[in-house]
Amino acid sequence: MQYIPNILFLIILALGIGYFTLNIKKLIRNIKLGKAVDATDNKGERWRNMARIALGQSKMVKRPIAGFLHIVVYVGFIIINIEVLEIIIDGLFGTHRVGLKVLPESVYGFLIGSFEILAVLVLVSVVIFWLRRNVIKLKRFLSSEMSGWPKNDGNIILYFEVVLMCLFLIMNATDTTFQNLGHGNVVSQFIAPWFGDNPDTLHIIERTAWWLHIVGILIFLNYLYYSKHLHILLAFPNTYFGSVTPKGKFNNLEAVTKEVKLMMDPNADPFAAAPEGAEDEVPAKFGASDVMDLNQIQLLNAYTCTECGRCTSACPANLTGKKLSPRKIMMDTRDRLEEVGKNIDANGGEFKDDGKQLLGDYITNEELWACTTCNACVEECPVSINPLSIILDMRRYLVMEQSAAPMELNNMMTNIENNGAPWPYNQMDRLNWAKED
Amino acid sequence: MSEELKVPTMAEFMAEGKQPEILFWVGSAGSYDDRAKKISKAFVKILHKANVAFAVLGEEESNTGDVAKRAGNEFLFQMQAMMNIEILNAYEVKRIVTCDPHSYNCIKNEYPSLGGNYDVVHHTQFIKELISSGRLTLEGNTYKGKRITFHDPCYLGRANSEYDAPRDVLKQTNANLIEMKRHKSTALCCGAGGAQMFKEPEKGNMDINVLRTEDALETKPDIIATGCPYCNTMMTDGVKAKEKEGEISVLDIAELIANS
Ligand code: SF4
Ligand code: SF4
Repeated sequence: MQYIPNILFLIILALGIGYFTLNIKKLIRNIKLGKAVDATDNKGERWRNMARIALGQSKMVKRPIAGFLHIVVYVGFIIINIEVLEIIIDGLFGTHRVGLKVLPESVYGFLIGSFEILAVLVLVSVVIFWLRRNVIKLKRFLSSEMSGWPKNDGNIILYFEVVLMCLFLIMNATDTTFQNLGHGNVVSQFIAPWFGDNPDTLHIIERTAWWLHIVGILIFLNYLYYSKHLHILLAFPNTYFGSVTPKGKFNNLEAVTKEVKLMMDPNADPFAAAPEGAEDEVPAKFGASDVMDLNQIQLLNAYTCTECGRCTSACPANLTGKKLSPRKIMMDTRDRLEEVGKNIDANGGEFKDDGKQLLGDYITNEELWACTTCNACVEECPVSINPLSIILDMRRYLVMEQSAAPMELNNMMTNIENNGAPWPYNQMDRLNWAKED
Repeated sequence: MSEELKVPTMAEFMAEGKQPEILFWVGSAGSYDDRAKKISKAFVKILHKANVAFAVLGEEESNTGDVAKRAGNEFLFQMQAMMNIEILNAYEVKRIVTCDPHSYNCIKNEYPSLGGNYDVVHHTQFIKELISSGRLTLEGNTYKGKRITFHDPCYLGRANSEYDAPRDVLKQTNANLIEMKRHKSTALCCGAGGAQMFKEPEKGNMDINVLRTEDALETKPDIIATGCPYCNTMMTDGVKAKEKEGEISVLDIAELIANS
């Protein structure tokens, strides 16, 4: 009988971690639906970017208030989780505060004391975050794509934090032996009197808070996959794989290079058989109309997006009331990717055409054509996401596969083709400016 | 600027068996757009003043393909790029200077993987170089005490992290440089990029260039300085929309320097 709590604990822990692993596997499979990209270059710079942007949060502090609060919650979250290690050992082996057995009392007290202070700081930050979202109503949390789930998601996580932090403090406050130590109970000593001094009641409250705390953490872990809070984990790989070239450099499509070279080579025989090895090349589709046409980094970007809206609040198109919102581009990409993933699960590992795609069903032409390719969204994103690259790939599909550019752009392109200038002037007049006055 | 400018071509240099120090890439706007032509001329004036041996491609230059690429037409872009690269390589061009940040970005970043490797410089960077090496000296105090605000072009600033060169050059004019609220990496686009210059904007509640002009007007400037022919057009239109064309002029840095 005495092992029942340990066994129960083991089962809960296994379920929690097992389900999480399953979802992470699904996530990796979904990302691999995208085209492979080679990101083995510039290793040093990539590690530096990860350390600076994800770990060091260098981009968060560009907005000082949000940045500061975010760092508090982030540091609090990571450090307080050290406590989880103790909980797991206690749970599995039926010990109590195993830390006290291995660490000197003063060190243990110092650790728990700092956790308690952090817990209070996190609580304060979370309250301010909640006020910003729900009372002050910052503009960037109010766009149309932020209704329904994305809005609730933002709040749920805040409630989660509150509950977890309170449980942590209650757990300490009702632990009589810990309180008697007089070490590390810097905050909980003031809460302790609220719970009276009946040892039985205290013990029950302490146990309940302890169990709820660990179960809460496991639920939180599994909640991540369904939430923008996945960025807690994905910010790291995402900043590693983020671009290391100047933002203005757009990739040159290799498939196009081959064709253009063939077209421009006067000696090429257009009817010649395809060179050897060419057969197994998938027929190229130019640009992207669905998530499978995007590359793996773009799909990782979609899962990493925290929906903070910093990109959208800097987008000149969005600022002037146009339909484009780079945040929506990322959210649409994730939603469609999830839809495709579910389709694959439902059809025994294979994607069955569902008559839908990212272009049209999620993202409209109007949004795509509003982009000025100014890179403001890329600059703003605190986790190195590049919404612009998806916009460009979808424009490429519109233009090269569907010839669906706006009329004026078609005229402009015809002019370039015919006279080497976007306007209908003769190339022979290119130097006239020097002679005119 | 009524005197005729001497603008030698690469072909002429070649005929004399000489190589110029730089190739001036004029760009489509700089060649055909009435406003931008003035910028090309101002820059040529600076080149003459600093005794730079330069040449243009003239009739052999073609559009870089930059707009086609941003519009999504990778085919057209690569055709333009390869044609230009062929000519540039045939003339063994090493150093290219241009007044157009879009050409600058495109040739600098996107031509190399298609076989075009050059040292590409924006005209503000080149002017900075001329001044610091002492080849160009500014005499007049034309702009002393004037309030000037500089609008960062996206393709020089955010796209290539060049924020200082234009500012360093402007400081040489003894003007008061006043920054807009959104500047450097947070600068707002003028609204012309990504092929927007060539089409009607999507429906919204205002035009981007008007919003950007409002940013500029907040600094109460005498002059809005630009470093891109498209920005220049957009800001000029914005100033007109705000009916301020009587008080505020929109000038490229090349023009400001040519006059000082
Ligand atoms: S690059 Fe496009 S989507 Fe991004 S901020 Fe600029 S206009 Fe908006
Ligand atoms: S793309 Fe980046 S800036 Fe935009 S909402 Fe997502 S995380 Fe925020």
